[in-house]
Amino acid sequence: MTGIVSYGTYIPHLRLKAAEIASFWNKDPQNLENLGIREKSVAAMDEDSVTMGLEAAKQALDRVGLSPQKIEAIIVGSESHPYAVKPSSTIIGQILGVGPKYQALDTEFACKAATAAIELIAGLTKSRKISFGLVVGTDTAQSKPGDALEYTAAGAAAAFILDSKNSIANIYAFTSYSSNTPDFWRRDTQKYPSHGGRFTGEPAYFAHVLGASNQLLEQLRAKPSDFDYVVFHQPNSKFPSQAAKTLGFTQKQLEPGFIVDKMGNPYSASSLVGLAKILDIAKPNQKIFVCSYGSGAGSDAFAIKTTERITAFQKSAKNKVQDQLDAKTYCDYAHYLKISKARNYHL
Amino acid sequence: MKVAVIGTGITKFGELWDKSFTDLAKEAIDAAIKDSKLDPQQIEAVFCANMLSPNLLGQNHLGALAASIIGTNAPSYTVEAACASGGIAANLAYQAILSGQIKNAIVVGVEKMTDYTTAEVTLGLMGAASEEERQAGLTFPGLYALMAQAHMQKFKTTPKQIAAVAVKNHYHGSLNPNAQFQNQISLEKALVSPVVASPLTLFDCSPITDGAAAIVLSAADDSSSNVTITASAVATDQISLSQRKSLTELIATKIAAQKAYKQAELKPQNINLAEVHDCFTIAEIFAYEDLGFCEKGHGGKLAANGATKLGGKTPVNTSGGLKACGHPVGATGIKQIIEITHQLQGKAGKRQVKNAKIGLTHNVGGSGATAAVHILQI
Repeated sequence: MTGIVSYGTYIPHLRLKAAEIASFWNKDPQNLENLGIREKSVAAMDEDSVTMGLEAAKQALDRVGLSPQKIEAIIVGSESHPYAVKPSSTIIGQILGVGPKYQALDTEFACKAATAAIELIAGLTKSRKISFGLVVGTDTAQSKPGDALEYTAAGAAAAFILDSKNSIANIYAFTSYSSNTPDFWRRDTQKYPSHGGRFTGEPAYFAHVLGASNQLLEQLRAKPSDFDYVVFHQPNSKFPSQAAKTLGFTQKQLEPGFIVDKMGNPYSASSLVGLAKILDIAKPNQKIFVCSYGSGAGSDAFAIKTTERITAFQKSAKNKVQDQLDAKTYCDYAHYLKISKARNYHL
Repeated sequence: MKVAVIGTGITKFGELWDKSFTDLAKEAIDAAIKDSKLDPQQIEAVFCANMLSPNLLGQNHLGALAASIIGTNAPSYTVEAACASGGIAANLAYQAILSGQIKNAIVVGVEKMTDYTTAEVTLGLMGAASEEERQAGLTFPGLYALMAQAHMQKFKTTPKQIAAVAVKNHYHGSLNPNAQFQNQISLEKALVSPVVASPLTLFDCSPITDGAAAIVLSAADDSSSNVTITASAVATDQISLSQRKSLTELIATKIAAQKAYKQAELKPQNINLAEVHDCFTIAEIFAYEDLGFCEKGHGGKLAANGATKLGGKTPVNTSGGLKACGHPVGATGIKQIIEITHQLQGKAGKRQVKNAKIGLTHNVGGSGATAAVHILQI
């Protein structure tokens, strides 16, 4: 059993409307509306995966007044680490005031880099090798201008502090499903990722999300109706809705953690921001089913149960996910391209 | 002497991520030879129909590849005429048998398309058009959209009539377990689908598909009780749409059809059912007119009045057509022959046409530069 002691999120305030992108590329915005793609969050020119990850981690620490010195492991999962070699985890750790007695690690596995890290920290906290562990999922998702990905590739971060006691929610089971499935990739030094078009659907997202989800349900001898909430990795509105339907989860279970139609897909932060949104409103002793997806490919599925402590946490927690979703300013496509170019200045 | 279809083999059509080009070819070939009850060594010629393999897969020499799969030293030929590759390959095998040179031939059509981006496939398919058309930035939806616009202008064909073809073919596809699309669609849904090249929308266009189909043809007595090919005719026209005499008919189809009806001593009204080349819905409307199923300009009305739907007077595209069954380019012409063969044999299951005795297949290359018409009877 590994507990979630606190969590935080950071959703940048800039938003780019899908209709704005569509109008530039002469595409019909009605199609996007029908696919549930409306707007995405955009990290500003002076933000990146490290700055956003830091904001989310700081919020997590502040919400429970935890001393950074108590954190003994930090893992930052992202597919947009600022450096190919130079960990994001130590930058965030240093600024937070963690260490020097701590393990620091960066992970990469497309959009499931951070959920995989949760499994690792769970092991460390459960075996009492460390006291508190911090997992951060953060991304400024990249996409080639004009590509379909551009409509949803967004930026955000989520941070979870884990320990085996005093938790507001417990991760009581997890499982992973992996295979070598090249649906989406980016070669080193390439600016933008490539993807296999329709191949990213059934053989990739669905095979792994359904695979891991069914594996977990079997492991627990549980049914979808045993859970109060479900959250999947959300690359668009269609995939998670279809996965939920196929597995037997309802719209009612899916809706509270559904963020893609409000902010797009922040890659490694996607399922975790969705989870945070649910934890913002869940009642004690409620069950949450989480399944992430990372291209290349794999899924991590978790069964989480809230504790009595969650109510007090929610009461004092400020700037929740919904607040961050609501605090928005629209930018135009030119501004967005300027930001993307600035972020890639080194290429 | 007649040419009989003594064996058929076909794969599922669709996005077959787990199957390679060779897997598909082997599946169809093995099934067709098994169905024919021949020993593979009795196959005296191998014809392999395909369009995009050299371009997309880097694989040429397909006749030899097919022969390798069979394990034969028989002569093998690669045949290409864009989307009419299958039809003309069948025509060549038919001619070889009728010439008395060989007794048994296998014709396999294969296409592996879904591993590539839409842009790569669209560009590859433009190999079926002319250089001017490529330089003008045209793609096949664009070419057929021009033909649709011309037909609508001249004959007042409506979007509803055009969309009716897609609705009908999806209905047929829902009855075909091998079809890529097994879902039915409504006219309303078809009319509001995204525009691809005006006036053609998403549901007016056949998909990108993997698949293979093979037939074993054999010399037979005139008294044979097998399904026989009583006509096999090919004709051509200008490769460039702008050089054609008319934008509202495919003369290659008309010529091939006239030759076929003459060979079989039949008229259009003798045809019980047909598989026609609906690469785009408008192409089926052209086919009705060019094959003589209705008067010039009345194709739209025929599409909308139910006569070409299963249960109607002359069902067209009971396989689901290219639209719903899918269009693995090299395999389509062979699939059409297989569909008609099964219908004539009474093996078409839920989509069986009652009293099917005379069937026709119509396979077109490019925007109408090649047309192959076959008539089969039992």
